[in-house]
Amino acid sequence: MAEGVRDKVAIVGMGCTRFGERWDARPEDLVTEAFEEALGDAGLERDQIEAAWFGVFYDEQNVGKSAYPLSQYLRLPNVPVTRVENLCATGTEALRGAVYAVAAGACDIALAMGCEKLKDTGFAGLPERTKGTFEDLYQPNFTPPGAFAQLGAAYAAKHGLDMGDLKRAMAHVSWKSHENGAQNEKAHLRRRLTMEQILNAPTVAYPLGVFDCCGVSDGAACAIVARPEIARSLVGDGFVTVKAMQLAPSNGVEMGHQSWDGAHTLTTRKAAARAYAEAGVSDPHADISLTEVHDCFSITELVLMEDLGLSDDGAAPGDILDGRYDADGAIPCQIDGGLKCFGHPIGASGLRMTYEIYLQLTGRAGTRQLASPKFGLAQNLGGIPNRNVAAISIFGRND
Amino acid sequence: MSGFGILSAGAFAPRQRIARAAIADAMSWAQPALKSAAKGVRAFAAWDEDPITLGVEAARSAVKSAPGVRADQLCFASTTAPFLDRQNAGVIAAALDLPAETFVFETSGGQRAATSALIAAGASRERATLAVAADVRPVRAGSPLEMQAGDAGAAVLLGPGDPIAEFLGANSVYADLVDHYRTAETGVDYVLEERWYRDVGLSRLAPSAAAPLLEEAGVSAAEITHLIAPSANPSLAGATAKALGVDRGRLADSLYDYCGHAGVAHPLLALVETLKTARPGETVLVLGFGQGCDALLFRTTEALRDFQERAPAPIADDPYRTEENYLRFLSARGAIDVDWGMRAERDNRTAHTVAFDKSRAITGFVGGRCRVCGTPQFPKSRRCVNPDCAALDTQDDYRFADRRATIKSYTEDWLAFTREPPLVYGNVSFEGGGNVFMEMCDFAPGDAAVGAALAMRLRIKDVDTQRGFHRYFWNAAPAEGGAHG
Repeated sequence: MAEGVRDKVAIVGMGCTRFGERWDARPEDLVTEAFEEALGDAGLERDQIEAAWFGVFYDEQNVGKSAYPLSQYLRLPNVPVTRVENLCATGTEALRGAVYAVAAGACDIALAMGCEKLKDTGFAGLPERTKGTFEDLYQPNFTPPGAFAQLGAAYAAKHGLDMGDLKRAMAHVSWKSHENGAQNEKAHLRRRLTMEQILNAPTVAYPLGVFDCCGVSDGAACAIVARPEIARSLVGDGFVTVKAMQLAPSNGVEMGHQSWDGAHTLTTRKAAARAYAEAGVSDPHADISLTEVHDCFSITELVLMEDLGLSDDGAAPGDILDGRYDADGAIPCQIDGGLKCFGHPIGASGLRMTYEIYLQLTGRAGTRQLASPKFGLAQNLGGIPNRNVAAISIFGRND
Repeated sequence: MSGFGILSAGAFAPRQRIARAAIADAMSWAQPALKSAAKGVRAFAAWDEDPITLGVEAARSAVKSAPGVRADQLCFASTTAPFLDRQNAGVIAAALDLPAETFVFETSGGQRAATSALIAAGASRERATLAVAADVRPVRAGSPLEMQAGDAGAAVLLGPGDPIAEFLGANSVYADLVDHYRTAETGVDYVLEERWYRDVGLSRLAPSAAAPLLEEAGVSAAEITHLIAPSANPSLAGATAKALGVDRGRLADSLYDYCGHAGVAHPLLALVETLKTARPGETVLVLGFGQGCDALLFRTTEALRDFQERAPAPIADDPYRTEENYLRFLSARGAIDVDWGMRAERDNRTAHTVAFDKSRAITGFVGGRCRVCGTPQFPKSRRCVNPDCAALDTQDDYRFADRRATIKSYTEDWLAFTREPPLVYGNVSFEGGGNVFMEMCDFAPGDAAVGAALAMRLRIKDVDTQRGFHRYFWNAAPAEGGAHG
């Protein structure tokens, strides 16, 4: 077993735009906004970036293919730039590229940038895309809410839950994120909601209502990573390090084999086990101080609490209703508002999660600041429950 | 096993039926006479059903009720088949996963297309023919035919063996008598006066075709137990019976109350439904009208009882859903162009290189079953999906189309584009193994549930509006309804 990346790479600067309906901004503006914040945060010059990874998901709009838009926007001095895409884990994949490069010694300072401009479709949804020439012939014409709604039906059936009871726990997930988003000036959705408003919202895809769904947002986020010695020279001890980065894509079992029950994300469980081992986390309840998980839909966050080992199987609804994952709970989840309210510009989301954990670990989260966080965990789920890419990153401090 | 005749038969009508009263309520402001015909329901194809899918379901029913019989040839009869130049029958054969050596052809051009196919099949006593017929007739809003027609499919397997109804012979006359016509320009039927057609057409053509047949077979009019005399307006059948000297009480059910007149498919449809309730030793005269008259004579045998045990219930007993909204009926037929929003703009171009390469998977719903661990899987893949196996190139063909399944998970998606919201889809677990994430059909909102039993149906998957093409795949339907319940 490889020794992994634990403490081999530091995050020395981060930036994140305001997420939302950024009618005012093109990808160039979003990327520049995030990058300038990160550069100032790190105290570095632009030409000190030795390599970059650029995460964008949709080819259908945004910046098109290839990595050169990032090189062009930032006028990088012809250093290597690679475009990465791995569904909703795209932002985290950009970070993984940069982290692996530094950990490998291929460069000392690297940039991970994620950007998505979703609000150019002309309608209030995601662009339609092909699933490939063969899969288009038989895959259902699902939408993201419809694909994730499957978890609700299967979870309720597996645990013998009344759908009304499950929906109350799901509604609490959204209620909590709206409470948190209201505290975050960079968040897309900043309005508080009542449980009644959430529960009485129109159905989008049974059992998901409008407020079970995350925002469709524009935004960019980035991280500058470096060797720990460089971090020490820049900020002294107490800098943020990468404890683990793990990725687990589906291999077709969920889609085609009956062993999967439809009520959990198999890949998250695989990635979590590896990430906890890499980070040296033996007891997630004790070591993980906060999580930023892929709450594209309320039901996703609910099952992820079990998949990450934070709730026992079947116990997530009760834990959620007990406030365990609220801002003042034992292990706050989406304290920045999450995908739900901070927003979900796909290529930027993994880096946005990292940004909040970075702020929390460096004590700069303002009114959201937690007392002495130890480890923060970010989890992305790209794709849909039956076939996806789960990315888990764990961050802490070097001291 | 020395006889020749009908070996099996099947019928299929869509799950949706519209109350004729709903049509009359919507249209009698323009055509007050519609009210007099506003009885019962008529079957209508959902947006994703067409003569091919209706024909497939009827054919599957026939094949299922005749285990061990292989069709040497398949003929598809329709005047409303979706493709003018792409063999529609070939899609049906592929959906049945028939061997490539099967002689596949189609007939069209008039309402006798199906009965003529049966007559042609009866000329060769060595070969088994699966005659499949279906129609989804285009109709104008407010026309009598809108009330009379019903979309449906029927299939008759005629061949050597131990028939459920012995083929006694056939005869045909033609007459270039234009009681109605339809061209690419008219789009819909132009119908002439019924009384003229009744007196000069039906009443003269039926005896011309049937009398020589009955004489040669040595069967008198009084010996005819069931007379199938289809016409769009069922009240005209009495004139045919009278002209033949057959008691009106021997007329087969017109299916008007619960289905309607199924165009080319109707003679076969009425025959199939008659066979489901007839008794051994009865004589059935099947007529098909359309610029002439086809007549076919059958006598049921003792084998009919076995067929009736295997065959599904009559379509009169189908658990159908009554549509009361005339606009939904029009939308399903493409008669009104609903604004489905920008999600409907997706480009559904088909990569025909892939579609042909994967034809057995997509049209035949053939996946793989691993020889090492026995796991069925769809699609068939190079490596086994079983995480404990993953063997390379060990999968034999394994057809999912006729297997029962249950819902593992589902949703009713009001956001996804479909011409009949909500789009219902989910994970489907197949008996014997295999899980497929797929679309479902014939579930009304609130009907689906985890664990519900499913049967597979071929449906239109996507429509490529830019290029005028559409493609098919299988949907999961409630198992209790229809021919495969």
